[in-house]
Amino acid sequence: MADPMIDPITLAVLAGRMEQIADEMDATLFRSAFNPIIAEAHDASHGLYDATTGDTLVQGKSGLPIFVGVMAFAVKAVIEKAAADGDLSDGDVYIFNDAHIGGTHLSDMRLVRPYFRDGEVFCYLASVGHWHDVGGAVPGNYNPSATEVFQEAFVLPPVKLMAAGAMRQDIVDILLRNSRMPLSAQGDLSGQINALDLGVRRMDALLDEYGAGTVRAAFTALGDRAEALARAEIAGLPDGTWSAEDFMDNDGITDAVLPIRVTLTVEGERLALDFTGSAPVCAGPINIALPTSIACCYVAIKHVFPALPANAGVMRPIDITIPEGSLLSAEFPRPTGGYTETILRMIDVVFSAMAQAAPERVVANAYGTINALSIAGTKADGKRWVMFSFYGGGHGGSADSDGLNHGNAPISTATIPPAEILEAAYPVMFRQWALRPDSGGAGRHRGGLGAVYEIEVLEKNGAEAFLFGERGKFAPKGVAGGAEAALNIFSYETDEGWAHPPLASKMVGIPLKQGQRVRLETPGGGGYGPADARDPAAVARDVAQGHVSEQAADAAYGTDWRGNGG
Amino acid sequence: MLRTEPTGGGTEDEGLPEKTLPGGSMTAPTKMVGVDVGGTFTDVFVLDEAAGTAAVAKVPTTRPDQSGGFLDGIGREVADLSKIGTVVHGTTAGTNALLERKGAEIGLITTEGFRDVLEMRRRDRRATWGLRGDFEPVVPRNRRIEVPERTLADGTVMTAVDISAVRAAARALLDEGCTACAVVFVNSYANPANETAAVAAIRDIWPTPHVSASVEILPEIREFERMSTTALNAYLQPEVAGYLDRLEGALRQGGFDGRFLVVQSNGGVMAVDTACRLPVRTALSGPAAGVIAAAYIAGEAGYPDVITGDMGGTSFDVSLIADGETVLAPQTSIDFGMVVRTPMIEIATIGAGGGSIAWVDKGGLLNIGPESAGSNPGPVAYGLGNDRPTVTDANVVLGRIDADRPIGGKLDRLDVEAAKRAIDAHVGQPLGLDTLAASEAVLTVANSRMAGAIRLVSIERGYNPRRFAFMPFGGGGALHAGAMLAEVGLARAIVPRHPGVTSAMGCVIADMRQDFVQTINALAAEVDTDRLAALIDGHRRQGFDLLDAAGIRFTGRDLTVELDMAYAGQTHTVAVPLTVKHDESGVRAPTHAEIADAFDAAYRATYGNLLPGGVRRLLNLRTATIGRRPKFDLTTLAPTGGASVEECRRAARPVHFAGAWHDTPIYDRLALPVGAVIDGPAILEQPDTTILIEPHLRGTVDRFGNVLIEAKTATA
Repeated sequence: MADPMIDPITLAVLAGRMEQIADEMDATLFRSAFNPIIAEAHDASHGLYDATTGDTLVQGKSGLPIFVGVMAFAVKAVIEKAAADGDLSDGDVYIFNDAHIGGTHLSDMRLVRPYFRDGEVFCYLASVGHWHDVGGAVPGNYNPSATEVFQEAFVLPPVKLMAAGAMRQDIVDILLRNSRMPLSAQGDLSGQINALDLGVRRMDALLDEYGAGTVRAAFTALGDRAEALARAEIAGLPDGTWSAEDFMDNDGITDAVLPIRVTLTVEGERLALDFTGSAPVCAGPINIALPTSIACCYVAIKHVFPALPANAGVMRPIDITIPEGSLLSAEFPRPTGGYTETILRMIDVVFSAMAQAAPERVVANAYGTINALSIAGTKADGKRWVMFSFYGGGHGGSADSDGLNHGNAPISTATIPPAEILEAAYPVMFRQWALRPDSGGAGRHRGGLGAVYEIEVLEKNGAEAFLFGERGKFAPKGVAGGAEAALNIFSYETDEGWAHPPLASKMVGIPLKQGQRVRLETPGGGGYGPADARDPAAVARDVAQGHVSEQAADAAYGTDWRGNGG
Repeated sequence: MLRTEPTGGGTEDEGLPEKTLPGGSMTAPTKMVGVDVGGTFTDVFVLDEAAGTAAVAKVPTTRPDQSGGFLDGIGREVADLSKIGTVVHGTTAGTNALLERKGAEIGLITTEGFRDVLEMRRRDRRATWGLRGDFEPVVPRNRRIEVPERTLADGTVMTAVDISAVRAAARALLDEGCTACAVVFVNSYANPANETAAVAAIRDIWPTPHVSASVEILPEIREFERMSTTALNAYLQPEVAGYLDRLEGALRQGGFDGRFLVVQSNGGVMAVDTACRLPVRTALSGPAAGVIAAAYIAGEAGYPDVITGDMGGTSFDVSLIADGETVLAPQTSIDFGMVVRTPMIEIATIGAGGGSIAWVDKGGLLNIGPESAGSNPGPVAYGLGNDRPTVTDANVVLGRIDADRPIGGKLDRLDVEAAKRAIDAHVGQPLGLDTLAASEAVLTVANSRMAGAIRLVSIERGYNPRRFAFMPFGGGGALHAGAMLAEVGLARAIVPRHPGVTSAMGCVIADMRQDFVQTINALAAEVDTDRLAALIDGHRRQGFDLLDAAGIRFTGRDLTVELDMAYAGQTHTVAVPLTVKHDESGVRAPTHAEIADAFDAAYRATYGNLLPGGVRRLLNLRTATIGRRPKFDLTTLAPTGGASVEECRRAARPVHFAGAWHDTPIYDRLALPVGAVIDGPAILEQPDTTILIEPHLRGTVDRFGNVLIEAKTATA
């Protein structure tokens, strides 16, 4: 390429300017989205992608972590589609949700727009956002008993939403007709289009100011710089090979455990993650598509090395092997709606393997399940209601500190809606919204605590509950000798007393009468370092505050703490 | 925000005579004093309304007791404290106590099942990437006590509060040594009965006034934000009340017999007893006062659209003023998990201050901050032990800061050679640049980050930056003004006459303001408008009573009403200004049609179009009462000496711009006469600030003594 060499000063300035463009696209959608999953939980992302490869060049800081890395697959899919059709033009916007092509799940609607300069594609802009409802068997699209994507949502392959700037209303009509919440879908769609428009305006201004050659040179230089950073970080790890395994409770259909295995190899400046030995593809929706698996490795690596940028150059010295036929590379039309649970487990095993190489760089396993819980019913006036939320748990301990109590999942930055907002919107009452004592793994630095949420149905007509969770049988692990956390426990009230789901963490259509309750006790995080290395004064403080019970403290740490003001 | 229209004839306070002060003095004291206590300096601004003069003083902040510097600063300009009518304080006492976790031992009493909300937050984390770190709330778990009681979201009391359990809880907290107590019941915003009864019982036995009730502080839906704000208020009460008491005592002892006021985060002032009750409202007291002053100075100079940039040692704080109005943000987080929800002037902060460290990462990219050398040890050139280069070091190497006359008066001279060595080692060598090119690189990247913060509050919010002037304050901002014009496309910069004491001046200008909130949470078409009017009237009475009790002169009173509204099902609300008619007898209830129209107008302004078939919902009522304080004539500050421009010229020194050294004249800024025109390159120096006029720019002294910086071509 005949682009000019870029000086280090202009590069530093352009890096900040382009990151700000992606951030501003995020903010544009967050502000205007109708749906709280985007507006409040920020389940969306935007960025700039390479004109020929679709590789990530720049991505917004505030979007969902898992989308960093997965978006490149959406852009690649559009590049292939446009090449096959041979009709790419300025002002086109493609749209699709097909998770087997673009990763994650069908709720994530992807919009991809070529950015033209001087008659040629300069780069791509893309926007992804989690829509409230895209059809399928279950409102909100978390269907733990799905065995095909068709039971999860309607599937849209890449098609032109806009052709040379003109909206194709027939496509919009199809989209809206296939959602239980067409108003929300309409709002999210226009928010995403606005975000892309804004990106185009900002890129125009940037290229006018710096020239296309300089900006293209910056793209190249930023990729090289990302690679150099990744190589430098990897070189700081010892050479060697380490393995780790963990298990999924079940696939939601049959009660059989499913292993997730990884082998980590570090050799100089290169790193390899090989998931050979993981379970074969399964019947239920904890399968994930190949793009999701690769993006998830990126998330795990970036948690270990937070200074790495959101740029595809990071992945150049990293080799990823995902075995064909495994649940980590499921093919169409296998269901993938519960992808969150599987990628959380992949991150856990990467951390566990990495901890053997360099424990000080790793945080012990977080709670490892998003616990997607819906409580739904019909009010006296005939109106349907659905209370849908994800619930929090503990983070793992690290070399720096104890784990965080009640955090969000490593793949997300979503906050939880307040109990008062939920109670005002739905006929439920929270009997408890509390930390769960003894749920964090013991260790030199204890795992953070999970939570207890107990919800009572106030509606005369009763309600039904749906749960999509994990970690009901295998607890989050500690690292460097730290202990594991508590299991995920879901209970529901019946006329005969409290009961638990036969599949531990997944169940559909749990009937609840007025006054009956469900209780979710979420896992904490794993511990860091051996428990006997914990400062007895810290144990005494845990006991005094009730984070750890006396019995559990004695069992995990011995009785030294009792002399420390406990 | 729209102003309300009083229906009665005439405005209320015009011409109200100054209240006769105790002591029988016939000549009311005329001096008004603003004091801003910052981390390094305590700034004092003294306005003599009768004489039409103003004076400023800057003294070192004393620690741990800030009252020493406070009194010393006032004493520099006013020998007889009885001549002072009003002292207004911008304080960081509350912010520091929060950041340094030096508040009181406190307890929390709450609803059964909910004591952990304070520790659970909204299920967030410190940083997106890395997952490290934990969180300790200001009230430990064993001092968060649950009592039997429950109110539902619709206000129904399901379980009446068990008062004996409340008393037992309060006694237990007192036995633990707690000096303040927070009370937060679930859904108390919908019906305060249970919480109010509990608070009354606690106040009966609590030995101090430090009992913070969530329904009094923030009757707004969202239990974590309400609990955090209430707990942080309690945490600050003993500390801030003690501090303000000591200050007021010392002032009185010195003969002061006037009114003592404190600036709130919303940019308005409150009486000292309100501040003792609601110290959480002082979280951004000092910075807010600075923005208020900037708005006034720029407005008087003819530029009601202005973006302020306060460059300190570790950060660059930016705030936008559109058409003379500051922008208020609903909440902030003082530190991770420490949320304060109270209206505050919106200030965007990035970690690029004079002390921010320049470094090259392993990928070869030059970065500025967020790590900072602060003011101690400070830049390498200070010679106090830091050896990593900072933004200030780059300014020193390029001659923009005079190494022989450092501002602030703490050091005699700066070590240029040490600054050069640090820039060579940490920036020049890794990037293959010579010392000067590396220094320019540091400034270019720092300026680019600062410009990013300005874009964030302007372009990203839909404001065209060409409409705006840039007002730098703090010691370093005026060195970077030209760069901000070039990078963001701002029309001009205005450097106020005393950029180092802007916050202290803002104290003297700020209006008296109280903000109120009440969650309504009803469909707009079904809301009980009589109840709404009664709530507004309650807020009006409380707010106006506080104005009456303040004992200071107002030129007018305003009542503003805003509704937080959205379409049903939507998360983000729109602030909907509502015009309500009111007079002494009360507030006329707005009609459903008026509310709907106001929402439609605000929604259209925000999103461009309405949602066909959408159902309007009203979440919160927000009321503000404002007592407008008399503004002083800024020409008071204008230069008075008859010096010519040439006479103000001190010397020249070489300054490096755009790859070349320019022999650059130095001027005494404060002596420059009104109307002076200085073509760049030039440097204007004053004790607390250095102003850089780059070669393509021109500076003009306006009739208030401000320096306007514009392109030569624009003013030619």
